[in-house]
Amino acid sequence: MHIKVKTTQFDNRRKVIAGIILVSALLLLGRLFILQIADPSYKMSAQSNYLRHITDYPTRGLIYDRNGELLVYNEAHYDLMVIPGQVWEIDTLEFCNLLGIDIDTFESRLLQARRHSRFRASVFERQISKTTFAAFQEKLFRFQGFYVQPRTLRKYSYPIATHTFGYVGEAGPNIISNDPYYRPGDFIGISGLESAYEEILRGQKGIRIRMVDVLNRDIGPFQDGRYDTLAIAGQNLYTTLDHILQTYGEQLMKNKRGSIVAIEPSTGEILALVSSPSFDPGLLVGRQRTRNYRSLQNDPLKPLFNRALQAQYPPGSVFKIVNTLIALQDGIVTPSTSFSCSGIYHTRGISIRCRSHPSPVNAITGIQYSCNTYSSIIFQNTINQSGFNSIQEAFTHWRRHVMSFGIGRPFESDLSHELSGLVVSSDYYDRIYGPSGWRSQTILSLGIGQGELGVTPLQLANMTAAIANRGYYHTPHIVRAIGSPDNQNSDVQGFNHIDIDKEHFETMVKAMHLVVEEGTGNFSRIPGIAMGGKTGTVQNPHGENHSVFVAFAPVDNPQIAISVVVENAGYGSVWAAPIASLMIEKYLTGEVKRSWFEQRVLEASFLTPNP
Amino acid sequence: MRPQFNIFKDIDKPVIFLYLLMISIGWLNIFAVEYTEAHKHIFDLSTSYGKQMVWIITALLLGAAVLMLDVRFFTSFSWIIYMVFLVVLVGVLFFGVEINATKAWFRIGGFAFQPSEVAKYATALALASWFSSIRTKTPDMMFRIKAIAIIALPAALVLLQKDVGTTLVFGSLILVLYREGVIGGLVLFFGALAITLFVLTLLLNEFIIIGALGLLTMIIAFILRKKVQAVLQLFGLFLIISLYVYAVDHIYENLFEPHHKARIEVLIHGGIDLQGAGYNLNQSKIAIGSGGLWGKGFLNGTQTKFNFVPEQTTDFIFCTIGEEWGFVGTTVTIGLFLALLFRLMLLAERQKSVFSRVFGYSIISIIFFHFLINIGMTIGLVPVIGIPLPLISYGGSSLWGMTLMLFTFLKLDAKRLDML
Ligand SMILES: [Zn+2]
Repeated sequence: MHIKVKTTQFDNRRKVIAGIILVSALLLLGRLFILQIADPSYKMSAQSNYLRHITDYPTRGLIYDRNGELLVYNEAHYDLMVIPGQVWEIDTLEFCNLLGIDIDTFESRLLQARRHSRFRASVFERQISKTTFAAFQEKLFRFQGFYVQPRTLRKYSYPIATHTFGYVGEAGPNIISNDPYYRPGDFIGISGLESAYEEILRGQKGIRIRMVDVLNRDIGPFQDGRYDTLAIAGQNLYTTLDHILQTYGEQLMKNKRGSIVAIEPSTGEILALVSSPSFDPGLLVGRQRTRNYRSLQNDPLKPLFNRALQAQYPPGSVFKIVNTLIALQDGIVTPSTSFSCSGIYHTRGISIRCRSHPSPVNAITGIQYSCNTYSSIIFQNTINQSGFNSIQEAFTHWRRHVMSFGIGRPFESDLSHELSGLVVSSDYYDRIYGPSGWRSQTILSLGIGQGELGVTPLQLANMTAAIANRGYYHTPHIVRAIGSPDNQNSDVQGFNHIDIDKEHFETMVKAMHLVVEEGTGNFSRIPGIAMGGKTGTVQNPHGENHSVFVAFAPVDNPQIAISVVVENAGYGSVWAAPIASLMIEKYLTGEVKRSWFEQRVLEASFLTPNP
Repeated sequence: MRPQFNIFKDIDKPVIFLYLLMISIGWLNIFAVEYTEAHKHIFDLSTSYGKQMVWIITALLLGAAVLMLDVRFFTSFSWIIYMVFLVVLVGVLFFGVEINATKAWFRIGGFAFQPSEVAKYATALALASWFSSIRTKTPDMMFRIKAIAIIALPAALVLLQKDVGTTLVFGSLILVLYREGVIGGLVLFFGALAITLFVLTLLLNEFIIIGALGLLTMIIAFILRKKVQAVLQLFGLFLIISLYVYAVDHIYENLFEPHHKARIEVLIHGGIDLQGAGYNLNQSKIAIGSGGLWGKGFLNGTQTKFNFVPEQTTDFIFCTIGEEWGFVGTTVTIGLFLALLFRLMLLAERQKSVFSRVFGYSIISIIFFHFLINIGMTIGLVPVIGIPLPLISYGGSSLWGMTLMLFTFLKLDAKRLDML
């Protein structure tokens, strides 16, 4: 029973209304499609809303000396962090009073943090004091967007070995952009061991993902902690340093410019690495770090400069041992071959002076009296020896021998920023004089350890260790075990053989023993200890000569090889040799009996304004 | 006439089905907002979902009661109901309580009641009654003015409660006036044009718009250059529009309240003031946007669970749907509203009596407006105007109002053959 509905003139308008409804619905759907399907950014926003990534910082590894003495450890401190996007209705005045800052500082720091990121944490105030921390902890819930991040600072048991430890600083923008591990405010080893062993010392940060509600209250772990990672503590370093010897060396070098390097010849372990002047490693920790660093940088004595690894000197007379060894090996001389010395050596218009000493001299007495004539003759004969087609070949042969002592290239073990030293190649002379423009007398100064030669104190000590070992050395290194004292740090322990017969080394050991017993080093003889040594006095174009001494002891069973450089202190026998002998006495006997001798060194000062 | 109990046979089943489905969806999403691991009983009156359960049961009883009533009750008492609610709307201004800066509520125990929600129903009845009183085919000017007044009177009272959203809902009854021929298509067209130009003026410099319109006028004038009359009208139109555009800036700066301006600016410029006026919209968009295609799943909405979206059970319930059910869920929801609206239109058009048809279009207009504005505001298409999503949002007044309207119309529809 259909009844025809009465139509009116406006009936078509229902189509318009239906159209309006349909178009509106399509508009809504289109917009929803954009929001929910096309634009993924909202998913990220939802996550950043309710997920908080909390970083757990592992404790940095500790550093021990060779006898298990703790040298470097950590102390807790607190950073006040801010997540700008969550700062919400806080009592700014109370906040500023607690922190002791004014409102302007507050605003500008917040703005700075906001520029960095709205959702990531920035450091608002570094290393707040314990009392401030306690006050904050109580009221923190009222300062939404702020939290306290526990961190650790380096602490040092003794104010020693600053250059070796290096320091830890905040990761800069370059590091952060190159290594995703680091975030602003994170610490990283900048130099020394802290830098060389950064990844071992720092451990691995842990991340916990927590859920929070709109009031930033912690609701619990996200997905029951499935995506959390635990922080892995940094590993300890067991160094080769003897902290007593290191401390003693730094005391002896007070008010002097120079360095001491002591090595255990049987292992290559560095017992002491002294660079003077030095400074308290604690200066480069904490809030004052930047200021202290700047004043150290501006200090004319250059305390930041690690002379033991980075200073490079011509070795002077100590190099005569190497030249004599090469001449003996090449058969240029036998131990008994002798030359007379008149106090001056002439060759083709060049003359080299010597001191007065008994003459003639052979391989042993040549070293004992440090005869320039003997050294010059055997060096010339080495370079001019038959069997080579050119001086270049002969020179290259000599150079390879020299470099086999660890001179002229870095050891690349675990010492950062070491210099390579310098032993120029024949190309260098070819460039200056032309390929046929130079003769053995042209490079005669190399024979007495001067000229185009550069060695670092570390290389000098290593060279001495190689002689003490009668023909080999273990790559010098500073970390012997990682993680536990038994876990050998095998990466840095290389064995290096020197292609010179052991008997020649025995000859030189005998000579060096005589240097101390009856020669130039006689003043520094240690009663009861057989010590071998060699003095050096390095000409310095800028001022007083550098005093150099290398030594090892005991002669028959060497336990320590040492190099000492005291800049601008004159003869090697006067200052460097006494310091070396005190160090050896201290190391081998545990005490120093010659107190007047020690006192003399401790009181000496060579810190003239002249650099 | 058939006996009363047969009403369940004549009643429109699709609308009943959609009604039950939508209130169920609403309740589930309200539950999802307040759900915690240690959730309470679903009837617990300290929770929104517990209260909503009470509202749903009472709404169903109310709906049944409406179906029991004789249709003549609505036709005869429509004016009285309208008058009563005008008085109540005045009363609430003096005796009501303020909730969310809107003085539109009566409080009874733990439940708050908003008379303006039901006043829409009363206005729809009065409008239907007014149109059914006309016998001539073309209504005269006086008739039109009175029709508009029936809408404008309660709208003005609601505006005094500072409830802009509900006031605008009354405005949606313009659709009914259009359907019944009281206003023409041009009014709708110019209304839409005015809104478009308003938004454009806030977005762009007004002189750019006037310039562009001027260029358009010149082009059309050139095409119509033979028809002098049309060209003159065109220039007149251009002059009026230019004045309007120029005035918008002035109107906006001086006549809008700061918090309304803030909401409009948030909408237009986006991404600004995320902690202030833009917070709701931003969090709402994050919630819906993070839902993706399939959503995060029931009870798994992080925006929902951790209360990032304010007013989430009421005006922003659509966020929960978007977050937990994704694009699929929002599409289904919009589909349900479309189905309901088109079904209601079909019912309205089959009415023999003018009363029933006008009443039908009134509730279509109201539901449509709520649907468009509520969803539109959660996704940043329209300014944040606090009106609920019909049948889905939490709230007794809204649910009761919608139930009254729907069931009254269902009753009218069931009795359409008996009505003149
Ligand atoms: Zn001599």
